[in-house]
Amino acid sequence: MTETKLTARNVDVFYGPKKAIDNVSIDIDNGIVTAFIGPSGCGKSTFLRSLNRMNDTIAGARVTGEILLDGEDIYAPTMDPVALRARVGMVFQKPNPFPKSIYENIAYGPRIHGLAGNKADLDVIIEQSLTKAGLWDEVKDRLMDAGTALSGGQQQRLCIARAIAVSPEVILMDEPCSALDPIATAKIEELIDELKENYAIVIVTHSMQQAARVSQRTAFFHLGNLVEYGETSEIFTNPREEKTKDYITGRYG
Amino acid sequence: MILTGVLLAVIGLGLVGWFAARARARLLYTGRGSMHSMPGYHGWHMALWILVPGLLTWAVWSGIMPGLVNGAVMADPAAAQLPAEEMHRAAILAEAQTLAANPDAVAFDAKSQALAEPMRAAQTRFGFMGAALILIAALAGGGYGFTRVRARFPARTHVERAVLALLLAASLMAILTTFGIVASLLFEAGLFFKDVSPIAFLTGTHWAPGNARGVDIDGNFGAVPLFWGTIYIGAIIAMLVAIPLGLMSAIYLTQYASSTVRKWIKPTLEILAGIPTVVYGYFAALTVAPIIRDFAGSLGMANPSTESALAAGLVMGVMIIPFVSSMADDALAAVPRAMSDGSLALGATRSETIKKVLLPAALPGIVAGVMLAISRAIGETMIVVMAAGASARLSANPFDSMTTVTYQIVQMLTGDQEFNSPKTLSAFALGLVLFVVTLILNIIALRVVKRFREAYE
Repeated sequence: MTETKLTARNVDVFYGPKKAIDNVSIDIDNGIVTAFIGPSGCGKSTFLRSLNRMNDTIAGARVTGEILLDGEDIYAPTMDPVALRARVGMVFQKPNPFPKSIYENIAYGPRIHGLAGNKADLDVIIEQSLTKAGLWDEVKDRLMDAGTALSGGQQQRLCIARAIAVSPEVILMDEPCSALDPIATAKIEELIDELKENYAIVIVTHSMQQAARVSQRTAFFHLGNLVEYGETSEIFTNPREEKTKDYITGRYG
Repeated sequence: MILTGVLLAVIGLGLVGWFAARARARLLYTGRGSMHSMPGYHGWHMALWILVPGLLTWAVWSGIMPGLVNGAVMADPAAAQLPAEEMHRAAILAEAQTLAANPDAVAFDAKSQALAEPMRAAQTRFGFMGAALILIAALAGGGYGFTRVRARFPARTHVERAVLALLLAASLMAILTTFGIVASLLFEAGLFFKDVSPIAFLTGTHWAPGNARGVDIDGNFGAVPLFWGTIYIGAIIAMLVAIPLGLMSAIYLTQYASSTVRKWIKPTLEILAGIPTVVYGYFAALTVAPIIRDFAGSLGMANPSTESALAAGLVMGVMIIPFVSSMADDALAAVPRAMSDGSLALGATRSETIKKVLLPAALPGIVAGVMLAISRAIGETMIVVMAAGASARLSANPFDSMTTVTYQIVQMLTGDQEFNSPKTLSAFALGLVLFVVTLILNIIALRVVKRFREAYE
């Protein structure tokens, strides 16, 4: 049984005078993985970043329309973008651990939001987050080593653990595997599959195989439009739109 | 005189050679692919063959001619009456030289009048000799160069090599000058340390070079008060102003300011760096210092002095702000955007992101900037000359007048000074200390910056 977590209605995103997203409406459900696919520049990352208001940090970016998180308008004046981002976490294309220890990387979010009353609580959060991200066994003996000293795949799992540590409801992943080798990619995909039990996950990806492997729903974007959205199995086997078919069969993109 | 004319002649020859070789090379040109190099390169090749030998000979001759002339003059019977003492004799010879160049001048010393005529004769003789040598060298080079104008001759490659040599020479010039400065500092400081023990100089706390006579010479050259004044004004007071203001303005400019605001504030801030230090100096002395004196008075200090460490330090701090701010700006801008994105995406506010992620990541760059700023501040002279005072005093009271290393160097070397006294030579010892300290600060700063860059590339 799934429930709708995020609802977007008639969303436009502008960068200055340029329209990057045109009238997108979509429902994203809890407990499953939703993939955004489409050729480069189609607006899928832009749309992803409007779901946790990361576009606010780009000068000249503007979002119109309505995006609801559990029925609450995230662009309402009363919504604090900082609090929103604690609820809607994000993992980036390139692993971006802070130049601090593994421990401090995870502790960063909980400290800011006051999630741990004392050191023992914090230690528990750190162990849980790293365990959920499948990294605990690899790093438990060297938590004080620099996060940047890990391998690329480990760094990305560290970033996922960091996002989990603040107990978000939604995790947005912007091409999380594009900088990783196939083995590290397989680990992350496995992890995504496990995490979907507890979070709504949205993943932007260039790899159609990845979308097919990890997601239950797929949205195909093209030139700022949402062309087609549906069950992943449907999209890949029996697309309704000609453009979708062309894209997944490798005709362009 | 003659040599200057010859110099112009060599340059003229070079020009003629350039045109001649190019014209000849053009005659050789019979179509596409018929020549290795274009005629212009043959022109340059030829010109170089004239100029390089000509100018080298000119430089060498200019170096040895005064010696030859003096030697000839010393051989003159009139020179027999010259005093044996080196400096005195040099003075008379110098005067004779002036007289030789300008016969209407009145001699100060009769001995030099007698030498003027032999001097003139020797100058003319060696001048012509040199001119002939220089022209022979230039013409011989040019003749050789001209025979090289052939269709297959790779003039282009040769000119390329000459360009390389020229660029190398240009970059070596600055380095050689630095070595020259270091050598002269070391030499003069060495003379000073013959009279004054380095230990007394570096650890003594009494600075009164004017009183240094005879036995108690060591006791009056204790430079610690100067070091203290320098550090107190340049590294403490000035940095208390420059670090917070520079850092905060860099944070504002890189993280908060809209591009319009940045477009106005950044150049304005950089104007601060363009103000001549002497202008800062009188601003410190005429505007800031009296305010501080009145303030000290209102705090209940008896007889506050107009000149104070605080006035000089504050103004110096303002002067250094753009320096710190632009280094911090670079350091903050070098932190990848992914870092701040990562922090913002975790729900951190902008100031939390700056405090906990950006500043720690940019810290090495900022520290390096501060070190360079300190090395600039302690070498700064005009502000302290005008506003800090002259009293070598070990005091922690910022309202006291203090003196710095640079101020004392100016004191020791301006006005009428006997050049061999320890008092004058102390300037070089002070300069050496200053040089070593700023060199160390710069080296550390550059290393820190280098390691920091590597971390993000």
